[in-house]
Amino acid sequence: MYKIKHIAIKEVRHILRDPRSLIIAVLMPILMTLLYGYAINLDIKNIRLAVLDYDQTLESRELTGRFYNSGYFLKPLQAPDLNDPENILKSGRASAILVIKQGFSNDLTLQRQYQLGLTVDGADANTASAASSYANIIFSQFLKDHLPPGFTIPGAVISAQVLYNPDLKSSHFFVPGLIAVILMMISALLTSITIAREKETGTMEQLLTAPVTPRQIIIGKVIPYIGLALIDGVLILIFGVFHFGVPFVGSILLLLLFGFIYITAALSIGILISTLVNTQQLAMSFAQLVTVLPSVMLSGYIFEIKNMPIVLQYVTRIVPARYFLVIIRGIMLKGSGLSVLWVEATFLVLLTLILLTIATKRFQLKMG
Amino acid sequence: MNLVEVTNLSKSYGVMKAVDDFNLTAIKGEILALVGPDGAGKTSIFRAICGLITLDSGEIKVSGFNVATEFDRIKPHLGYMPQSFSLYPDLSVEENLYFYAGLFGLNRAQFQEKKKRLYEFSGLGQFYDRRAGALSGGMKQKLALSCALIHDPQVLMLDEPTTGVDPLSRRQFWDILKDLRRGGSGIVVSTPYMDEVALSDRAIFIFGGRKLAEGTPAELAGIFRGKAYRVAVDPTFNCMEQLCRIDGLQARRFGSTVHIYTKENDALENYYPALAEIGIKPEIITPIQPELEDTFIQLMGK
Repeated sequence: MYKIKHIAIKEVRHILRDPRSLIIAVLMPILMTLLYGYAINLDIKNIRLAVLDYDQTLESRELTGRFYNSGYFLKPLQAPDLNDPENILKSGRASAILVIKQGFSNDLTLQRQYQLGLTVDGADANTASAASSYANIIFSQFLKDHLPPGFTIPGAVISAQVLYNPDLKSSHFFVPGLIAVILMMISALLTSITIAREKETGTMEQLLTAPVTPRQIIIGKVIPYIGLALIDGVLILIFGVFHFGVPFVGSILLLLLFGFIYITAALSIGILISTLVNTQQLAMSFAQLVTVLPSVMLSGYIFEIKNMPIVLQYVTRIVPARYFLVIIRGIMLKGSGLSVLWVEATFLVLLTLILLTIATKRFQLKMG
Repeated sequence: MNLVEVTNLSKSYGVMKAVDDFNLTAIKGEILALVGPDGAGKTSIFRAICGLITLDSGEIKVSGFNVATEFDRIKPHLGYMPQSFSLYPDLSVEENLYFYAGLFGLNRAQFQEKKKRLYEFSGLGQFYDRRAGALSGGMKQKLALSCALIHDPQVLMLDEPTTGVDPLSRRQFWDILKDLRRGGSGIVVSTPYMDEVALSDRAIFIFGGRKLAEGTPAELAGIFRGKAYRVAVDPTFNCMEQLCRIDGLQARRFGSTVHIYTKENDALENYYPALAEIGIKPEIITPIQPELEDTFIQLMGK
């Protein structure tokens, strides 16, 4: 313990002595949160919607008004040609068409089943699915207001309810994901660099002749970075919750526990990388490649896993971020506990144990 | 007791043989110098003794323990100063010392006492809060030595501690080594500088991973066979090549002149015709007292 503490103190000194890296380690997460929060905005707003109102009643006009006042839909640039609905989408004047057939207000008063016609330009899949979700919400709200309480018209609405993220705000998805990416990056990158640096400068040679075990060296070196990574995670969390209004419903303790496990996995990857390379430069590129890229691309952070080619789907199973992402989103947005998250939790723990074992085994005392 | 015992050590990197059937014995109270040019295998031998590399064959014992199997028991007795500056440049002099003190299990009180003694001989006390990276070359080496000495090791392994250090600091460094030897340590030091052989108690000439010769400085000086001459000629590539073609003569560039060596019971006169052919007249050849470097070169040629 005494020696581990000694190595850890030395490592903290290294971190504090290098203000540039320290600033990067603290500022980068905040900058990235801002970047993801604002620039990479997947919120879909301002969809151009053409309304073909064949009913022309008070109710149909009210419904039209609700669409345009929702903030999600805008009027088309030019008045649509009612005789050629298909051309509206083709010409790009609108990306969605709402058709209100004649008899809409009649059906409503008689409380008969009625189907609204919504045609969406599928060229942009995200916009398309968002448009239909929004339309459903607006229509069901409209129905609710015009029907007696508790009364519904079966089949009147394509039942699509958006849960957990009713505003479909992308920051709610991005902030938890960002924590997963940043934690992986900081932990793996910084550990691989710090060990590679000892090899590069030759200090490792002297460390290895001192009466310390590889495990003591690793643990001592890694402890400060666990702390740093946790601080970063909490920083993004605070920023996400208070600046972007991301909800935090679940248990913070549970999140910290899994955060710690996840960081351990990331650190193991960092140690593994450092056993393969001898320079800081190489360690840095290598770490970027095997941590950031998979955490962003193959974790379900941006692209859904179930839509990936089958081979890539298998690859995602060894990406720790995949499991942590489900866990952190579950805890933050839905307030899920272990009873729901146990599958991902088990996989994450197993993966961490495997990585940690390989890392300590590979970290040898010999130079050649 | 032999502090270090290396028997039949061999180590290859790929096809390159770094160390070839090497033997070495270091004893208490003696400075043993390993002398040879870059790439002679000195560092590989040091790393092998310090348990940093696996051996192809051979056995190494330090303080009676086998390096391959009992290295953990050796560590407390071994002080190693690697060839490259291997301290933390962003830590201060004292922090570097304190870090190594911690690794060897010294507590704060023991460290304070040890620190005082180390500062005394090294003169580093006045720089205690300076970052190691900002020290001069000589001071850096003294700090590295201090770190290697923090746990009073029986065996001190110093890999080229004076390379790239100014002559005055080199001298001071050797004075420190002599004090340490008087204290009873066994010191193994490698160097590319021939003049440091005279400062050691015993030296081993090493080249191409093999031992060329071993002995006290006086013994080594007596090894030279034949005669040595200085030729006042410009050591161009062409000239050296022509000289080397003369059978029975050995020639070596020596600064801005050339040294040539004859074999035992041979006379330089026998080569006058061959030398005249390449434009070297007897007037520019002067006999010299062979130095250690001449001895080393003669041994290399064998």
